[in-house]
Amino acid sequence: MSRLRIGIDVGGTNTDAVLVDDHDTVLAAEKTPTTSEPLDGIRAVLTAILDGVDRAKVDQVMLGTTHPANAVIQRRGLSEVGVLRLAAPTSFAVRPGAAWPADLRAQVLGPVAIVGGGFEYDGREIAPLDEGAIREFAARCARGGVRAVAVSGVFAPASTEHEERAADILAAELGATARISLSHEVGSLGLLERENATILNAALQEVAHRVVDGFRAALNHHDLDVDAFLTQNDGTLMAADQAARLPVLTLGSGPTNSMRGACALAGLSEAVVIDVGGTSADAGVLVDGFPRESTAAVEVGGVRTNFRMPDLISIGLGGGSVVRPGEGDVTVGPDSVGYRVAEAALTRGGDTLTLSDISAVAGRLTGFGRQEPAGGIDPRIVKLALDWVDAEIDRMTTRMKSSRHALPLIAVGGGSHLVADAVRGASRVVRPEHHAVANAYGAAIAEASGAVDRVIRFAGDDRQSSLDEARRAAADAAVAAGADPHAVRVTSLTEIPLTYVPGKASRVLVKAAGPLRTRRSR
Amino acid sequence: MRQITSEDIEPLALGATLLGTGGGGDPHIGALMAKQAIDEFGPVTVVEPDALPPDGLVAAVAVVGAPTVIVERVPAGSEFVASLRAMSRHLGRDLVAIMPIEVGGMNTLIPLAAAAEMGLPLVDADGMGRAFPEIEMTVFTLAGLPAAPIVVADEKGNLGIFETTTNKTAETLGRTAVVQLGMANAVAQYPMTAGQCAAAAIRGSLSYCLELGRRLGEAAETGLADLLAFAGGRSVFSGTVVDVDRRATDGFTRGTCAIEHAGEPDRVLRLLIQNELLIALDDGEPVVTPPDLICVLDHENTRPITTENLAYGQRVDVIALPAAEQWHREGFTDLVGPRAFGYDLDYVPFTTTEANFQGSVR
Repeated sequence: MSRLRIGIDVGGTNTDAVLVDDHDTVLAAEKTPTTSEPLDGIRAVLTAILDGVDRAKVDQVMLGTTHPANAVIQRRGLSEVGVLRLAAPTSFAVRPGAAWPADLRAQVLGPVAIVGGGFEYDGREIAPLDEGAIREFAARCARGGVRAVAVSGVFAPASTEHEERAADILAAELGATARISLSHEVGSLGLLERENATILNAALQEVAHRVVDGFRAALNHHDLDVDAFLTQNDGTLMAADQAARLPVLTLGSGPTNSMRGACALAGLSEAVVIDVGGTSADAGVLVDGFPRESTAAVEVGGVRTNFRMPDLISIGLGGGSVVRPGEGDVTVGPDSVGYRVAEAALTRGGDTLTLSDISAVAGRLTGFGRQEPAGGIDPRIVKLALDWVDAEIDRMTTRMKSSRHALPLIAVGGGSHLVADAVRGASRVVRPEHHAVANAYGAAIAEASGAVDRVIRFAGDDRQSSLDEARRAAADAAVAAGADPHAVRVTSLTEIPLTYVPGKASRVLVKAAGPLRTRRSR
Repeated sequence: MRQITSEDIEPLALGATLLGTGGGGDPHIGALMAKQAIDEFGPVTVVEPDALPPDGLVAAVAVVGAPTVIVERVPAGSEFVASLRAMSRHLGRDLVAIMPIEVGGMNTLIPLAAAAEMGLPLVDADGMGRAFPEIEMTVFTLAGLPAAPIVVADEKGNLGIFETTTNKTAETLGRTAVVQLGMANAVAQYPMTAGQCAAAAIRGSLSYCLELGRRLGEAAETGLADLLAFAGGRSVFSGTVVDVDRRATDGFTRGTCAIEHAGEPDRVLRLLIQNELLIALDDGEPVVTPPDLICVLDHENTRPITTENLAYGQRVDVIALPAAEQWHREGFTDLVGPRAFGYDLDYVPFTTTEANFQGSVR
């Protein structure tokens, strides 16, 4: 009996869902506008997709959402955070919150303390954990009514002990309802960037719990007794409960889902992907089936983190982009009518000229406008707007592709009708079936993963055994996250030698992933 | 005499990334340290070495360790001050100024933080004009000036003073101490008089770095021509990274990076890496060798890419900048030429293209 999964993607404009079977075949797909109360959109899309489906067959639902990212960008609903660094006497040269945008810092940063603790690269303690100072810090948080705390210890990704002990002390002092974020769960080596991510994670606790509670309520509303997951930045899954604790790991999942979904729908592993939504177009490139990652430090709402994110170009080009005729030219966007395109667009009886109207009049988009608006749209304007669109998409494609060879271009997303059939730099334009819901499909096919990031020191033969152990630890972490132990595999291993120091030591990053085990096989 | 303020930090860090030639550690953390120190203690005065009393004591300070560790075990700040004070005590003389040992990578910015905290001026000069991996690889060694005594200090109050017979030995002993002290430590080195500094150092290097950073910041919009003309550099290659191979050896990331030419399918530039980008081979022919500088820039935004971040599929521009003229004296190829890094190659004299040469100011 085939088991079913549902992938949902809540974007700025649309909420999409797909229902897939255990061969990853799409059985149903649905797209609804994202509502001002986004969880209503999830309910609506589930209602449509579950029509006539035996709910008992659905095992898993995966959600990708922009909620937490928008909360950071728009500075909405963020909690004040107590910041505890376990590092003294090191690290005083750069204090927590350095280089944060002033408004975010004022909103988020609460009591700060750098106390004795943390580890050396070789596992020795920098200093014993200063438990007295942690209690003092907790008292300051309690006095200020601060319930969210971010704890970051030096070399915590390799040695978690001090962070865990600090969490116990904080829980004892602040009560079990305090939300404590530990850096080793959030990021990799690079104390300041990991601390930044941990602070953001703590600030997002309230938002994240609301999202996950709402997600569960929507599932209950539809009588779905399923395992619920959220997708992470790297395109893999986290259990919903864990995502409520670690929302910062979901911040960049949208583009990753879209690219991986596009790749799987098109059956390609090397391609440029362009995802055109209502407001913006994102272009990325798949190399060996995975998004090429950006070398630049990733900033979230102006805060530098050390997440690995897909290398993307984003521009304000979407189905809802507003077109303004000018003297002998047109300007397009960057503003958009967004999810209101179906009412606001000129050819739908609205009063705004959008790129969807242009596309409909030009014949690229069919079945959109009911009629030509009174007086029509000046063909010169249509041509100028389309010329702009084509030039921008040519430019993005050429910029992304990683060799002089032409690559296929996969066009996905609700606004992908805007992509012409011939694009410079692309060998062909592929429009896979269900492309409009590629991001939801990317969520539906996501795997469970685990990662380790540690410094290994070795002499002679034990390098191999150290690497093997790191591989095993990553695979174990993936299985703990829900991967099928029989299908888990190491997806990447990066060994970065520690430079400028005699003796052999490397930083090793290993990722493992595998398809989810089905509920039955547990 | 002029001052370095918070506003100068960003372009200085960008220039330092470029002169780091892919290594030298990410200057970002040094920039944050310098900003915090300047906010707390005020701007730093930059002086020409010949504006100081000729007999006054000048010393260099740097962070030594592994960049991967330094970004995790962030400095305290106090270790740099401690190493310089110990140098002063050991020699029985007060310092009149601090000097960066290298202008390239994170060590460009860290002496700024120390200078701010100690209220001392910073000399507009250094010993490398770029980043090199070892203490002895300086124009001071060429000039016969000792690196010793060197002081290795941590933030806990531990420090070691090494008197050595050669600058290479200073490197070896200092490095050994660093491994025991946490791989992210302060090293005060090259104590000399301001007069010796004026005669031997690479002059104006902080100003040069700052100006390079400013021009590189604008290059994303305007192109690289202006920067290349200013530095007397040249464009070497433009293409896509098709292979990166890195491996651990004793204290070095050795490796190669192959770049396929954007316009000529069969033409490949091979970069040889030892922490920094050291040698460029265009279809097997050495075209840039140390101490001249090789920089790999992201084709999209002209940002320098570090050797750790080089990856398959990146579109890059490779440029070369000439080494500071102070390098060109007797014996430099033995100290920092290709053979000093174990490559059986001769130094290739730096050339610019005709067009660049016309616009060159150096």
